[in-house]
Parts: sequence; structure tokens; C-alpha cells
Amino acid sequence: MNDVRYSAPNSLDEASKAMMAAGGAGRILAGGTDLLVQMRSGMQKPGVIVDIKKIDEMMSIQDLGGGSFRIGAAVSGALIGEHKALKKAWPGVVEAINLIGSKQIQGRASAGGNLCNASPAADSGPALVAAGAMLTIHGPNGRREIPVEKLHSGPGRTTLAPGEILVSFTLPARPKGSSDAYLRLIPRTEMDIAVVGVGVNLTISGGKCTAARVGLGAVAPTVLLVEDAGKALVGSSLDDAALEKAAAACRAACKPINDKRGTIEYRTKIAGVLLKRSAAIAIERAKGN
Amino acid sequence: MAKMHITTTINGEPTEFLCDPQQSMLDVLRDNLGLTGSKEGCGSGDCGACSITLDGRLVCACLMLAPEAEGKKIETVEGIAKGDQLHPLQKKFVEFAALQCGICTPGVLVAAKALLEKNNNPTETEVRFWLAGNLCRCTGYDKIIRAVMDVAADMRGAAR
Repeated sequence: MNDVRYSAPNSLDEASKAMMAAGGAGRILAGGTDLLVQMRSGMQKPGVIVDIKKIDEMMSIQDLGGGSFRIGAAVSGALIGEHKALKKAWPGVVEAINLIGSKQIQGRASAGGNLCNASPAADSGPALVAAGAMLTIHGPNGRREIPVEKLHSGPGRTTLAPGEILVSFTLPARPKGSSDAYLRLIPRTEMDIAVVGVGVNLTISGGKCTAARVGLGAVAPTVLLVEDAGKALVGSSLDDAALEKAAAACRAACKPINDKRGTIEYRTKIAGVLLKRSAAIAIERAKGN
Repeated sequence: MAKMHITTTINGEPTEFLCDPQQSMLDVLRDNLGLTGSKEGCGSGDCGACSITLDGRLVCACLMLAPEAEGKKIETVEGIAKGDQLHPLQKKFVEFAALQCGICTPGVLVAAKALLEKNNNPTETEVRFWLAGNLCRCTGYDKIIRAVMDVAADMRGAAR
């Protein structure tokens, strides 16, 4: 770690310029809970560290009305968890983000960082994919928006171009009778990496499911949107048969690896189990809305 | 390499220091400022021995760059006692023998204080979850949890 420079610009244009000027050696610093560990282990050797926490847009939560929120990519998990309106509107998204690490980690770690670190097992991924979050990206050529499931291109890799910075993610407005939930399986009670993570976001109207999205994590190189699982739920009364069909779609979408946390067979089976359990929570919550 | 000049507040005292851009806050506290209460256990945010608060928010000093301290307020374990007067948490930890080797203790105290400032009536589950980021290899945690619960009860009693 020689000759590292630190800059904390006040605007996205400056931050983007600093990243471009650094060539491939620029690294964005939000909460630092991944970056500093990677620097210490030698996995990352940045020439320039661009701290984006002085940029207001990246540090604020905006209530856009109707259950829609725009959340700055660098907002800490702790602040997201303390935002009552956001927690009420999007309990699944908030619980996923709040599962990341200890209170100390929550004090700094951001959902934007969790996404850009691009771990297939990142907890924010499945919940945000289920939510249909849109990402706002700022780069040298201006701004663009992409659905969250288009961010990852592989483990540790994103589709961000040089100089591009993830600014915020926007959760859409939802009709009455909507809610969401996220569940993951870990061998411990807390503070571990997901073996499987499932986010479910659904809307119920007149006893029927009118909209559903399912996000699946830790079972493929990137977080997955399981469209077939959503389709299996829409139009149903969310009965056991529909839930089993959605669980089967989740199992079919799995392309996991064998590792110390779980085998291919185990992860695939659990993906179906967690779909049913998180759907049950989302259904209970939706009925109360 | 150019050193950075940082102006901050540590335990209520306006403080200035020079640091390398990639130096961690923990290294500056310990090596530059002589505040060796915060410990380095893992250096990767898993153990909590370096817990401090940054603008009132509980964080790991090992996962914070020192230049990020510019204009902020930092509290460390050294700021918990007021002169010779130990904080109620410190007294209770002694009374309950809520420590053995002591390496985790500064971080546990900082974290427990942050909890009680937010919530002086935590359930045992809440205390255990809050302190899940502070690893202790000696006590088995029970004494720590009981000490924190007892301080919370005292605080509530005093407030009545």
C-alpha cells in the first residue's frame, strides 16, 4: 500500500473525474467494510481512494410518496434501519440490509457498497431484485438507470464502466396490499454469509396475488431474478400448490457451487424451502397493508 | 508520501494529527495518539475490539480510514471514565467479573455504552444481538450480558 491518495469530493462529477484520472487504480470508499479488509489482505491495492460520503445525494433517503423511496448508495445500514417510513413500506429490503454484519458494521456499511462488492451471496441483492429496485448510475457521460439485477456480471464483477459510480437505488411505489420479505440460511444465529438468500415481493388484491417478484442469492454467479417463480404466484390465491410451483421454479433456477457452506443439492433444496417461508412472511405483511 | 493533516475531536478534545492516507483510524489512535485502549483483534471488522463511536455511531476503528475523521467526533474507551470516576458500566464489569484477559473489554464497553444511550431497557436478546460484534474468548459472555442488563436496570432506577 504505497503512495495511496485519499480524496473526498463534494460532487459526483468530481468523484467520477477522480476515478477516471486514476485509471484502473481508483476505488470508491463508502463504509469501507469491504474495501479496507481487501486492502489489508492485499486483494486491493488502490492508487486513489475516493470517499463519496461528502456527496449529499449519496447520503440521503428521499420519500417519493406512495411507498417509493430513493436511497443514497452510501447510506449506512443503521440509518436505513432507523428510517421508520422506509421500514414500514419495505420491511423485506430493510431486514436484508440490516442482516449485513454486526452493529459496528451496520454503522458504516452501505447497501450500495454491498451491491458493488458483487458477492453472489450479498444479502441486499435478492431483496432489492424482488423489490424491482432501479439503480441510478453517474458517469463521465452522464446518468443512466438500470434494474438492480443488471448490475452484476459475475462474482466480484459489475457492469459499471470506468468512472461510473452507483449513486442511489429507487424502490418503486406499490399498491395497497403489497409487502416483501427476505430470509437467508446461515449456520449461525447472526453474522454469517448466506448459504441461500430469498427475497419475495408481492401484492394481494381480492384474495388473489396480482404481482410477485422473487430474488435468489448465493446459488449462482450473480443474484437472480426468478421470473418463473413470480409467474407461478400471480393469479393464484397463494395456495400451497402455487407456492410449491414457485419453489420448484427457484430450485430450477439454481446453479450453485459446492463449498464449505453448502453442497449443490442442499442449496437447491433450501432455495425452495426459503421461497415458501419468505412468501409466507410477505403474505402476512401484505394482508396488514 | 505526503502526510495528511486532520482536525477532529476525540473524547471531547479538539485534536490534530498527521497520517498517511491509507492509515486506519485504529492505527492513528494507538500509534500516533497513544490511545491504546482500542485494541486490534482481527483487523477485519469481525471481533469488535477496536469499537469506537464516530459522530455517536458505533463503528470498528480498523475499518475506518484516519482521514475520514476530519471534522468528526470520535469517542474511545479512554473517554468513558470521567477522571478517576469510573462509568457505571466499568464499575459493574469489575463487580461482576465480566472480563478475564481484558482484550475485548474496551470494545465491549464502548459498544454497551452506545446501546444503553439508545435503549436503557433492552431485553437480554437485544443485548446479545447488539454485542454480537464483540467477540470474547474468556467469559462465555454471560457475565458481560448480566453486567450490561444490571447497569440498564440501575439507570432506569435512577431515572425514576
